[in-house]
Amino acid sequence: MLNNIYNIFFIPEIFLACSSFVCLLFGLFLKKNAFRQTSNLAVFVLLLTILLVYFDSESNFANYKSLFSHSSFINFFKILALLGSIASIIISKDYFLGIKLKNFEIPVLFLFSTLGMMLMIASNNLMSMYLAIELQSLSLYVAAAIKRDSISSAESGVKYFILGALSSGILLYGFSLIYGFTGSMNFDDISFYLSKYDNLNLGLIFGLVFVMVGLAFKVSAVPFHMWTPDVYEGAPNSITGFFAIVPKIAAVALIYRFCLVPFENFYLEWSQIILFLSIASMFLGAIAAIAQSNIKRLLAYSSIGHIGYILIALVAANDDGIKAASIYMFSYMIMNVAIFAILLSLKVKNEYLINISDLKGLSKSNPIISLSISIIMLSMAGIPPFIGFFGKFYVFIAAIQQELYVLSVLGVLASVISAFYYLRIIKIMYFDESQSEGIINFQISFQSKIILSLSLFLIICFIFYPSLLINISASLTI
Amino acid sequence: MIDWPLVSVIIFLPLIGALIILFIKEDEVTSINIKWAALLATLGTFILSLILWLQFDYSNPSYQYEEKFRWFDDFNFFYHVGVDGISLFMILLSTFLTPLCILASWNNIKKRVKEYMLSFLFLETVMIGMFASIDILLFYIFFEAVLIPMYLIIGIWGGNRRIYASFKFFLYTLFGSVLMLIAIIVMYRNTSSMSIEFLQGNYFSYNTQLFLWLAFFASFAVKIPMWPFHTWLPDAHVEAPTAGSVILAGVLLKMGGYGFIRFSLGMLPEATEFFIPLIMTLSIVAIVYTSLVALAQTDIKKLIAYSSVAHMGIVTIGIFLVNQQGLEGAMMQMISHGLVSAALFLCVGVIYDRMHTREIEFYGGLVQRMPLYATVFMIFMLGSVGLPGTSGFIGEFLVIVGAFKFSSYVVIGAAFGIILSAVYMLYLYKRIIFGTITNNKLADILDINTREKIILIPLAISVILLGIFPNLFLDPMRLSLELIITNYEIANAK
Repeated sequence: MLNNIYNIFFIPEIFLACSSFVCLLFGLFLKKNAFRQTSNLAVFVLLLTILLVYFDSESNFANYKSLFSHSSFINFFKILALLGSIASIIISKDYFLGIKLKNFEIPVLFLFSTLGMMLMIASNNLMSMYLAIELQSLSLYVAAAIKRDSISSAESGVKYFILGALSSGILLYGFSLIYGFTGSMNFDDISFYLSKYDNLNLGLIFGLVFVMVGLAFKVSAVPFHMWTPDVYEGAPNSITGFFAIVPKIAAVALIYRFCLVPFENFYLEWSQIILFLSIASMFLGAIAAIAQSNIKRLLAYSSIGHIGYILIALVAANDDGIKAASIYMFSYMIMNVAIFAILLSLKVKNEYLINISDLKGLSKSNPIISLSISIIMLSMAGIPPFIGFFGKFYVFIAAIQQELYVLSVLGVLASVISAFYYLRIIKIMYFDESQSEGIINFQISFQSKIILSLSLFLIICFIFYPSLLINISASLTI
Repeated sequence: MIDWPLVSVIIFLPLIGALIILFIKEDEVTSINIKWAALLATLGTFILSLILWLQFDYSNPSYQYEEKFRWFDDFNFFYHVGVDGISLFMILLSTFLTPLCILASWNNIKKRVKEYMLSFLFLETVMIGMFASIDILLFYIFFEAVLIPMYLIIGIWGGNRRIYASFKFFLYTLFGSVLMLIAIIVMYRNTSSMSIEFLQGNYFSYNTQLFLWLAFFASFAVKIPMWPFHTWLPDAHVEAPTAGSVILAGVLLKMGGYGFIRFSLGMLPEATEFFIPLIMTLSIVAIVYTSLVALAQTDIKKLIAYSSVAHMGIVTIGIFLVNQQGLEGAMMQMISHGLVSAALFLCVGVIYDRMHTREIEFYGGLVQRMPLYATVFMIFMLGSVGLPGTSGFIGEFLVIVGAFKFSSYVVIGAAFGIILSAVYMLYLYKRIIFGTITNNKLADILDINTREKIILIPLAISVILLGIFPNLFLDPMRLSLELIITNYEIANAK
């Protein structure tokens, strides 16, 4: 009995939930430096959770089999999400202190949202999936609006909340239809029930479409992307960083699992939707970003474009697709961590950088930083020899294995268009004549520096030893 | 033979030089340390690549100095490099021109010397790597990585419209090469191999070949460039700094021709047979049209840029004749054009450094003040025209001889282009060199100095050497080209 209790406590999600409450109390009772201390504790908790996820064995999950599942794919994405949130807490610490936003609730909100994401990734049941999504989203709504006295932050929070609630409503409606027509909430049971039929009936198709719409909202795929640029722009930079890095990982894992587990046999039905979402996201992400002058809006459209590529791998729906998605998501996370680590430390005239044109002349005053930004941008554009190229390369391998030639050609064309705006940033830093010296300054804490150098190292040096990541991703099963 | 990884050393020596430069403290005034480090690294690479040539086994048509080890665990992607007769001279061309470029930028690059040298060294690594790779994906990685340093070189150190030119260059070439990526993956899907050697055995069905051929064509036709995909070239050439134009004309354009020989001819023979009329038409249009356009130019660099398109038209004709003379002629023409156009751009750079203009109108009567310059310029001008005794003659002659076997219309077109090339080059030479000095600003222009002599004289020597002893260059490549032709004929005879 006692043994069982220990086991339960070592389930990563339960550990994270309990520790989040501990963090909350810890912050509450601290008088001084509450934000800093709580952030440190949160990072520590997340590190321990990674260890638990890594050593987690299936037996611990026996009691939750109907609600949550367990697989190498799930573990990989859980660890990715945890790493992403560790990185974003560390890189945003100084930023929060810089703008005097010292609420200790912020790291706690991140913890709860990460917990929601872990549950989302693992969920194996419509009900647990919905609750996990809500846990994640509610924390993020609050985080977006955390800067209460700023109109833009409040606006972005409200926007995010209203659109998020709408999408959750649609999602729930879809769930109810699926439940109504299959009589089950569990993914495996739904799959078993559906395996008896050749076609989906009308009600199930409606349910599927509604769920797809809801999930497309969460991954911000076009045409359900409208919230992304506004929320990215309005929220404080560090919260934007968190939005860009972590929730996408969970949402992508979820959409993969939802398509490939219960509806595995109805590829034709959902693949059309995903195909459309994918093409629309790639092109809108590429074209709309060209006109942006705000770096956060630009990164928002860039992330929409990246989602388009990940959805190509989902349309491919084979083992290569899963491999491609995990490599792509890893590279996406690394690149975003690196770019936000820089953005959160760059000040122009004592304000944190917002406008792309403020990067002018950065190559003169901070040659190393502008070189790093260039490398990240080229990597995001998918130019070899950086990691971003390999993400795209594996996506196209998966697509061509499935003979999706038109989709791959459209994908590479969109990548040419998107190269334009990534190059524009390099152009502004290097080609434009600089403004007077000393306007831009770059201050980075030791911890963020480690995160930044580590992610840059991975971006550049992935090519020298790719097999480590590739072997892991090749072994993933959904 | 050599038992140490010579090819890898040649590929990565410039990169190591770049890493060293990264840690040299920049001296604001002269940056002399950085320049010397870059020069030494590139010279070292050149000397090593000469060993490559001296130790080369002429009787072996396939790859030599091979190095191969597994890179990706999950699919057959190797780090696999080596040199055969076709790539040998491309590598030599790159290693020969880069030190000259560094020297040519010695005084006229004043801002961001460190970044400049880093770009050039990185560029050299990827150029050599591209010619030496035997694995298609490795080839592709190098092929596309060339864009990064070139984009920076045009964009940072270029002329007034450099931003437009650099974006056009990058996006145009990227557009071509991403289609090649798709083609490469399709090839891998059909054969589970990425080895260029292996894929040269014709493994694709006819329809697949047609699509693959078009995808490769998109990439190489933009790169070489063929009419009507050439519009990026005049912009890029005019805006790039002198050394940038030299590399662009000297090496980067050859990537297209090299790609056609390796991929289109080597791997997709039946599709090539199908598309030969298209290539011939485009090439002849390119030769005649761009020659006429060159005649109308007022900017010296733009004129040479258009003449490059015309010369590369001769190269594509030679390649797609698919016979021994044609291919040898195309290779010779590529090497010759690499030297001659690079030298012509350097010559333009010499007077541009002095007068800061490239308008033909501005000059005239330079022979009065710069006799040595006029002599050197004349050698290169005649090389470009294709006078017997210079390198240009060998290539054009062989291509025309080869073309007689194919069709006399092609011969007429090519010959017409060669006549036109004499017209615009001689006309250019007359306008800027001969006559009396009419422009007062030219009254005290100085003749070429020692540094410029060091740059131009080796080029002049090699242009003449190539013209007098073509076998020095033809012998090593002969068997490799024969192998490609044999494979091609076997595939099409089936």
